[in-house]
Parts: sequence; C-alpha cells; structure tokens
Amino acid sequence: MALLEATGVTKVFGRLTALSEVDFAVEEGQLHGLIGPNGSGKSTLLKCIAGAELPSGGRIRFLGRDITQATPSARARAGLSLTFQVTSVFPELSVYDNVLLALQAQNPLMALTFSRTRAGLHARVVEILAELRLADRGAAAAAALSHGEQQWLEIAMALASRPRLLLLDEPTGGMSVEERRATGALLVPLRRACSIVIVEHDLDFIREICDVLTVLDQGCVLETGTVEQIQKSRKVQEVYLTRV
Amino acid sequence: MPASGGVGRAGTAGAALAARGERWSPSPGTIVAALEGLLLVVFALLPLALQHFWVIFVTRVLILALLALSFDLVWGFAGIMSFGQALFFGAAGYTVALFARDAGVTSVFVVLPAALAVGLVLAFLVASFLLLGRNPPSITFVALGTLTGSYAGDRLARGWYYLGGQNGIPSIPPMTAGPVQLTEGVTYYYLALASLIAAYAACRFLVGSQLGLALAGIRINEARMAFFGYGVQSLKAIVFSVAGAIAGLSGGLYAFHEGFVWPNMLGVILSTQIVLYALFGGVGTLIGAVIGVIAIEIVSFVLADVYPTVWPIILGVLLLVVILFRPSGLISLLVPRRARVGIFGVGARRPGRIPEEAGDGAA
Repeated sequence: MALLEATGVTKVFGRLTALSEVDFAVEEGQLHGLIGPNGSGKSTLLKCIAGAELPSGGRIRFLGRDITQATPSARARAGLSLTFQVTSVFPELSVYDNVLLALQAQNPLMALTFSRTRAGLHARVVEILAELRLADRGAAAAAALSHGEQQWLEIAMALASRPRLLLLDEPTGGMSVEERRATGALLVPLRRACSIVIVEHDLDFIREICDVLTVLDQGCVLETGTVEQIQKSRKVQEVYLTRV
Repeated sequence: MPASGGVGRAGTAGAALAARGERWSPSPGTIVAALEGLLLVVFALLPLALQHFWVIFVTRVLILALLALSFDLVWGFAGIMSFGQALFFGAAGYTVALFARDAGVTSVFVVLPAALAVGLVLAFLVASFLLLGRNPPSITFVALGTLTGSYAGDRLARGWYYLGGQNGIPSIPPMTAGPVQLTEGVTYYYLALASLIAAYAACRFLVGSQLGLALAGIRINEARMAFFGYGVQSLKAIVFSVAGAIAGLSGGLYAFHEGFVWPNMLGVILSTQIVLYALFGGVGTLIGAVIGVIAIEIVSFVLADVYPTVWPIILGVLLLVVILFRPSGLISLLVPRRARVGIFGVGARRPGRIPEEAGDGAA
C-alpha cells in the first residue's frame, strides 16, 4: 500500500478550479517530484495534503488512515511535515531555538513546562544543524541568515520530528546555482529516513534527484512516471517540457 | 524611582569595564535580572522607611502589579489580547467577599486559594469558549470576547441584589491567619509582596521553559506552529487560565485590602487600565508590567496632588506620548526588542559555546 494516497482530489476557489480529480500516490522511500507550469495546482495539492487547505472533494489517505479533514496539527503528529514556499522560520528566535521548537512539538505539556527534554534534545538539534550545513549558525537569529540558509533551516525544522513524509514547496526558490547544488546533495541522503515530495520549477534540479515525477497542468494530472518516461512523453512535451 | 536606580547601577558597572578597555554590553538577561533584583530589594525594605499611608499605597501597587503581570503573560507571551482581565480579578474579589460576609470564612489559607481557583476556572471557561473552536480565532475576536465578558460581569454585579448592586459589598471583615488579623499595613504589605514574588517566579519559570519557547513560536507565527503538531489553541487556553488564576489571586488580595468590592472591579475601565499598565511598562519581559504599574500609579498620585482638577488630562497625554514614541514601553529603553524574545536551548544559552565567533574569525 502506498504511504500517501490522494484520490480524486478537487479544490475549487470561487469560480476557479485549482485541482480537478487529481490522483496522486507516494510510495515508501520515494523522492517524488511534482512539476507543472505556474498555476497548475502544485502548491494547492501540497497544501491539501498538509492540511493548509481542505479539498472540496476527493479523499486523502496517509499510512492507511483517512486524513482528508484532519487538522494540520493532527497530520503533523501522524508523520507529515511541510516546508513553505515563502520561508516561515521564526526570525527573532535563534537558529538553534527554531530547530528545538520544531523538535519538541510533540512532547507532552508537562515535559515542556518543566523543560524535561531540553537537555536530551540538544544532541539531535546539533546533528540536524550539521546535516543542513548550519552547524556554526546556531546562535544567530534566524533573521540574520541568507535566503538560502533560511530555506535549509526550513528543511531542518521539517525534518526535526522525523516525519514519514516530507513535503517541500519549492525548496530552491531564490537560491544561487551553488546553493541549489548543495540543496540537492542535502536532500538525496534524506530519503533513507523518509519519503519526499518536492514541488519545483527548476527541471534540471528535479531531474537529477527524483525517482518519480508527476506533471500537473491546469489542475489535472498530465502524466506520472519515471524521469525517462516523462522526458519521452509526448503529452508532456507538448504542453510543458518543450525544452527537454 | 527604582527604574532609574537600575540605570545608575548598570552605568557604574559599565564605567568599570570601560576603564579596563572593554566594550561594555551586558546581556539583556542581565539587565532584566538586575532590575528584578533591585526592585526586590527596594520592595523588601520599603516598609521600614515609609509611613502607614504610603505602606497602604505601595501595597495597592503590588496587588495591581500582580494583575498587570497576568496580562503580560497572556498578551506579552502567548499573544492573546485579553481586554477582560478585570473579570477574573473582580469575580475572585466578589467570591472571597461573599465567603467572608455569608460564611464567615476569612482565613488566608482558604480565601487566597479560593480566589486563585475562581480565576483559574472562570478563565478556563472563557478560553474554552473563545479559543477552543476548530478555526483559530482572530486577535480582534478574542479582544472583543474578553471585553464583552468583562462588561457583562460588571452589569451582572450592578443588577444583582445579592451582590449588593451598585454599591457592591461594603465592610468585608479582615483576613485572618489563625488568631491574627491581617489588616492593611506592614503585614498585609508583605503578604502582597510574597504573593507577587511567588506569581512572578512561577511566570518566569514558565516563560523560560520549553513551553515558553512554544509560546514565543505562537506569538511570532501561530499558523506555522500547527504544522509542527502543536496543539496551539490548547496551549493558549492553558496559559490564559494560569493568567486568570493570577488575576484571581490579585482580586482576592485587593478585596480584603480595601475592605469592600464594587462592580467596577469587574468592568471595562479596569480591564483597559490593566492593558495600559502593561503597555506603558512594556510587555514581554514580566518586569515591564510591574514597572508600568509603579510608574503610572506614582505619576497619577503626584499629578492628582499637584493638579487636582486637570491631572487626568495630563496623565492621558503622557500615556499617549509614551505609546507613540516608545510603542514597546519604558522597558524598551533598557532591553532591545530581539532580546525580549529570549534564548531557550541549552546549546544556545551561552553563545560562546556555539562556535559562531570561531567561524567568523576563520572566515
């Protein structure tokens, strides 16, 4: 059974149909790319999966449970984690505290009140910061990070809770070429720990790291398959991948 | 003024360090701790130097500081705009007044826990109503909701004969501790001070804990927090209830100190006054709320003495000036904004232990 299974997901905003009967599945350990032109519904699909939007129709199952109407908090507890297109790190907090904040999210109230897990989580915070190339930035305020570093911090925070499925909304948006390459190198080893869905504009980036691609166009799934299949697909070439 | 004393003391330390050729920049945590220590010493010794009238005046300041502290906890730390803290203050005051009037219960060991409990339960009920829906409420909704609660409490007390109507409950018998009567004066002063210190310590513990970090997260970006799996609204409801308990304690102390309760204790004017105390002193540091009460109460007293007719106008203008030019309150003169958010992790406690400087040096 697939880790995540979305069937017939529809999302309507007023008169605009952002998603129309979308079927989308992610297998365990997969790095799944979600591509498509602007306005094709990629981010909306991601938001429906994470709970930032509720779908107007269809069903979403995660680990065999129906989460279509679950709150974002409940989904996070079930093992879903999301990064945002516009980085939403906590600017006034230190980088270290940003990660701790994500890491302690599922601790019980008493543990939080009496700070019982603070010392125990220290090693994990340091480990995650090192993994995301932020080891020497722990004491800095998150606001002081460069744009690329903030994106990494987002990923660090999303990874903190050891999610089963990580949803990345344009993780390389606004990054330099060098930073993109570094991000790609960061993401590949993560798949050992969790499945990943990436929404991306940069095709070169996504072609190199993903196993499976899903192409959306005007709110519908155009094609799903391996990178080779997608590159050969006539349908995809017609509407979108003309430069591949 | 205690606050200016803090500057003086810190200034001397700075001069000493400057003499050794180092740039003096005490951490904001140190500044806050120094202020707290200073106020503690001043308040502990004050009754030795003051006449009876002033002891009563400062006791009232301490009790109101407790109330302002409860507002700082909800707004300055959890980001809940409560325009109804007086509801918990007044309800607890009325409850202990009824205990004393109708049941003859005046023991400090019963009435103060009872006041605390009334504040806690009532605040939890209000929070369940305002905060615990499926969709997160807006700040405006919560502000108007709490304001309405306070207004309704005021009207209820005015119209209810059992509660004394417009006149409230006059001549409450004094609080007792065993055979001893705790009347206004030095003993009551120290009771109020002890309550303030206990509540302050509890708040400080809370906001410095991992829960405090979660509150900082909620304050900065509430929507994001849900995606980590935090039960944002329940955390807010819990902090709101704790603050309600502190407001209740304050109300219990106030009722016995003044010897009577009246509907204004529940009402919108007092609720707004609490907001002003905290904003004037500066929210988000705890000590700022205490300083706000001290400053406003002293300034009001002096103004009322010197300009018996126009003093409210002068006070109003003064409040406006501070809110306009120091929107973060008096405390922002000493503690920068970023610092008031705080540092929570063990590793980030002492920046020296994080090799940030080392990294910069190598670059």
